[in-house]
Amino acid sequence: MIHCVNLNINQGDFSLSDLSFKINKGDYAILMGKTGCGKTTVMESICGLRKVKSGEIWLGDKEISNFMPAKREIGYVPQDGALFQHMTIAQNIGFALKIRKWDKKKIDKRVNALASDLGISYLLKREAHDLSGGEKQRVALARALSFYPEVICLDEPLSALDDHTKDEMMDLLKTLKVNSDLTILHVTHSKIEAVNLGDKVFKFDDGQVKELQISEL
Amino acid sequence: MMGVIASTYIVLILAMMLADLSYTTPGHILKALQSREIQYAIKLSLITCTVTMILSVIVAIPLGYFMARFEFRFKKFIDAVLDIPIVLPPLVIGLSLLILFQTAPGQFIESHMRITYTVYSVVIAQFMVACAFAVRTMYVTFMQINNRQEQVALTLGCNQRQSFFYVLLPQAKNGILTAASLAWARALGEFGPILIFSGATRMRTEVLPTTVFLEMSVGNIEAAVAVSLIMIFSGFAVLMIVRFFGDKNTVL
Repeated sequence: MIHCVNLNINQGDFSLSDLSFKINKGDYAILMGKTGCGKTTVMESICGLRKVKSGEIWLGDKEISNFMPAKREIGYVPQDGALFQHMTIAQNIGFALKIRKWDKKKIDKRVNALASDLGISYLLKREAHDLSGGEKQRVALARALSFYPEVICLDEPLSALDDHTKDEMMDLLKTLKVNSDLTILHVTHSKIEAVNLGDKVFKFDDGQVKELQISEL
Repeated sequence: MMGVIASTYIVLILAMMLADLSYTTPGHILKALQSREIQYAIKLSLITCTVTMILSVIVAIPLGYFMARFEFRFKKFIDAVLDIPIVLPPLVIGLSLLILFQTAPGQFIESHMRITYTVYSVVIAQFMVACAFAVRTMYVTFMQINNRQEQVALTLGCNQRQSFFYVLLPQAKNGILTAASLAWARALGEFGPILIFSGATRMRTEVLPTTVFLEMSVGNIEAAVAVSLIMIFSGFAVLMIVRFFGDKNTVL
């Protein structure tokens, strides 16, 4: 589903060279490594938010290396959620559909369905500021799922949460994994998350990437 | 002790205003307001300040956006250039503008449309200074808004233009208001560049600061103070509007 071939990415004084890895459709892939190892950089490149110097990124049978982010149809959940501060939660979740010029009734229906799946219906009328960490992540996830992407990218979705919320969110991600045929990329430095959620684990180290078995963690 | 030092300055500011007030009477202000020349100056000030404000915001939004969101060569240099109008003595700005319009390209423009010593020159002189403050404000405003939100918008299907208009700009609303009122207030107080570049001709290029200068120079202190008070009140009103609506973080 996602196939990166000989990726070279430069970012300031740090570079990733000749990265190749492959994630199958429906896989839950964990990108692991220490802070600053480039796992987020790779994720941003896949989403189209960072230019690659050379190499190819394939999504299914399309080479998307030079596509604009909008044309890639990949859902992206950044670390802090990055909710649109000037919109209500419902407007946040429906934003991608509004851009796609969906009918207002259809948008409402989709937003309500997502909100109820993710347990955030009670938030819909609220403004985006003063949500808790877990609520932000759920809203950001709903927003990323709204336009039926085949791939979603989660950048450290659990790292800023307290233990209780982390468990709840982990269960939610498990449900998502089981009930959908989404291909999921999940950036983290936590072994627990990798063991609990991952089908495939890619370890980033010294500008290289290695695929590990869960038992090797 | 600290309190005394701090309050001395505030007392001084208020004392200046009070002294102005005590020097004049409602009669003087009324008389000033009835003078044709001063009415013209008020009208010209209001119109030119508003035009300057609009131009400044139109320039400051894209310029502030590029400075805050993009890395390019000579960025530090351009950043410093943008501060020139803020640090340059106002008289020097007026002189530089005057000389600019003496050069060949300047003369070419003048031959098609007279600039120097006309109302247009008033707006240009105000704009050169006021816009720098508007650009600074927009730069700070955009810097304070995390670009993650725009990135998410891109992945959700926006192009650059849509992410700017739907996600960034609505959140910069307070900054825009601050930039606009700062530009307006700067323009209102602009005197040095206007004196040199536009002259001080009554009923032509006379704005309110020019009026104060002209009335002072003929010894008509009462009228000068009356006009000063008109400016103090309108400037203060604008500052209050900024404080009331504006985002505290972006007020310079």
